[in-house]
Amino acid sequence: MGDVVVRADGVWKKFRLYHERNQSLKAAVMRRGRATYEDFWALKDVSFEVPAGTTFALVGHNGSGKSTMLKTLARILRADKGSCAVQGKVSALLELGAGFHPELSGRENVYLNGAILGLPKRELDKRFDDIVGFAGLERFIDSPVKNYSSGMYVRLGFSVAINVDPDVLLIDEVLAVGDEEFQRKCLERVADLRAAGKTIVVVTHALSTVRNMCDQAVWLEQGEVKATGTGDEVADEYLGTVQVEIQAEEDAQEEPRWSRLRIGEVEVLDAQGRPTTRVATGDEVTFRMRYETNEPIDDPIFSFALTTPEGVLVTGPNTKEAHVSVDKIEGEGTVSLHVPRLLLLHGAYDITIDCTNRDVTHSYDRRAKVIRFDVVPGTPHETYGGLFSVDGRFSID
Amino acid sequence: MPLQKLTDLTSSKELFVNLTLRELRSKYKRSVLGWTWSLLNPLTSLLIYGFVFALIFGVRAPAGDPSGIDSFAMFLMCGLLPYNFLANGLNGGMGALIGNGNLVKKVFFPREILVASITASWVVSFLIELAVLAVALVFFGNVIVLWIPMVLLLVALEVVFVLGLALMLSAAAVYFRDLQHLLGIVLQVWFYSAPIVYPMSLVEDELGTTGWKITLYNLNPLTRFVEAFRDVMYDMRMPALDHLAFLFGASAASLLAGLAVFSRLEGKIAEEL
Repeated sequence: MGDVVVRADGVWKKFRLYHERNQSLKAAVMRRGRATYEDFWALKDVSFEVPAGTTFALVGHNGSGKSTMLKTLARILRADKGSCAVQGKVSALLELGAGFHPELSGRENVYLNGAILGLPKRELDKRFDDIVGFAGLERFIDSPVKNYSSGMYVRLGFSVAINVDPDVLLIDEVLAVGDEEFQRKCLERVADLRAAGKTIVVVTHALSTVRNMCDQAVWLEQGEVKATGTGDEVADEYLGTVQVEIQAEEDAQEEPRWSRLRIGEVEVLDAQGRPTTRVATGDEVTFRMRYETNEPIDDPIFSFALTTPEGVLVTGPNTKEAHVSVDKIEGEGTVSLHVPRLLLLHGAYDITIDCTNRDVTHSYDRRAKVIRFDVVPGTPHETYGGLFSVDGRFSID
Repeated sequence: MPLQKLTDLTSSKELFVNLTLRELRSKYKRSVLGWTWSLLNPLTSLLIYGFVFALIFGVRAPAGDPSGIDSFAMFLMCGLLPYNFLANGLNGGMGALIGNGNLVKKVFFPREILVASITASWVVSFLIELAVLAVALVFFGNVIVLWIPMVLLLVALEVVFVLGLALMLSAAAVYFRDLQHLLGIVLQVWFYSAPIVYPMSLVEDELGTTGWKITLYNLNPLTRFVEAFRDVMYDMRMPALDHLAFLFGASAASLLAGLAVFSRLEGKIAEEL
């Protein structure tokens, strides 16, 4: 942590929503004046500070103003009130390959794009091979970029932008480019920059990015700051509302509809059988659900799905595939999933319960993300991310 | 504020050079004749105007004083090239921001560089055309070697003049897209309002040598540019000092106004595009 290098200080940004656009002199003269428009505040009093060498995320729904904020930081837009200050050389990855000229060759465009991003020619000469190599375009570098595929185009754009060697890197969800291999390279490159002490501001939807990569985050909602804090805190809070919205919707729909079976309370129990929401890797855990029926049901299937807060399915065991025959249920009861050693790693997980008929054509009841529990580091002890441990044994010969 | 703009311009020299090269490269890339297009255009104009005005209307070019040269073609070219540069510079400059919309919206850099680089690319064409004209003039007996510094001074003045107007137009065109059509009309009027295809003597016959009419006619900066270029290249004499002073004033005024308008409008350009 060091000095603050990116600072937004009470930033307000206004856009005009035109009812009838007159982008012509003729129309302006005929109407004698300005077009009718409404003011729309895309940013309302947004403030945050990013210390040097940290990674900072702007999260929010579509239209929450996060991209506007980034563009204001990049000096592309000008704040109406308040101020933004960014110290050092800034490289903004808002759109890759912006400014490529289709008729010019890849080589000419690398130099042009580099100059636009503020890289002196000497530096470009030095890094040219790296840039081309990173994009994997050695063979095509002298053909006009209009003949490039869209993947080649953005790869070259990213490669130039990332090689500008900025002090501050602004990224707008552009990392989702190219094939998987290239994406991995991009993420590695960004990780390198983080390790090299660069300051990064990223706009993203991907909460896993926020959790894994970002030291701090700010959550924007309709142009206002809803929360600030560490990446994990903001991601949790952000998910919390999404959760509540989904839950409220489901409750509203599903509550009166239940007819034959209803899933009741769902619990996570520790080794002693006590309800908990916090377990350690390697612990003995039991997941238990209660149900009630108002008429007998033949041969239902119960499934327990574990997902990450971002919705990644970790595992989804069900009674059918486990060859547990339920036969017939009636009245109230419980279904338990006993896990002798939980190999999930550090993080938060949600449980989704589903009860269906034998052919899985009809769901009696389904409760998405009914309960969340946290896993803290235990044994096996692994803290380098990931979802679960393979519980392997090292041997060195 | 306008002065701040100028320092921005000089500090981004590298980008300026690169963008100018981009303009130049893309202008004639993938065309068989390449650079010769740049010369074919004035040549065609020369044939057309020569045919209509010299042959059909019988306009006579005055003999060069003191050079003694007597050629309508050379007389015409000395006025046509400065006009072509003006027209190309304004047309190109006006589209500088609109045409690079995705760049302006996605990357930050001093925006006036876009206008400056387009103007610069036309300066290169202008200089090539002037060089060819200078060689042609030698065949007609005008060895203008010693006048080259004077020609370059005039070019510099006209560049400043055009750049100022282009800055203004480029920013205004973002708000009013139909300025492009208007500019076409203005340029046409401007062409005939200056002594390019006809000699100044005919104008003086009509409007007199003194009085408000000729004063008004002479207020046109293009008239002064054409006359000055002709003084140096056709007649091979020093342009009148008050002419030069007027051109200095017009160029400075144009640049200052251009920078002022540009810096006023530039803040909103990215969202209006």
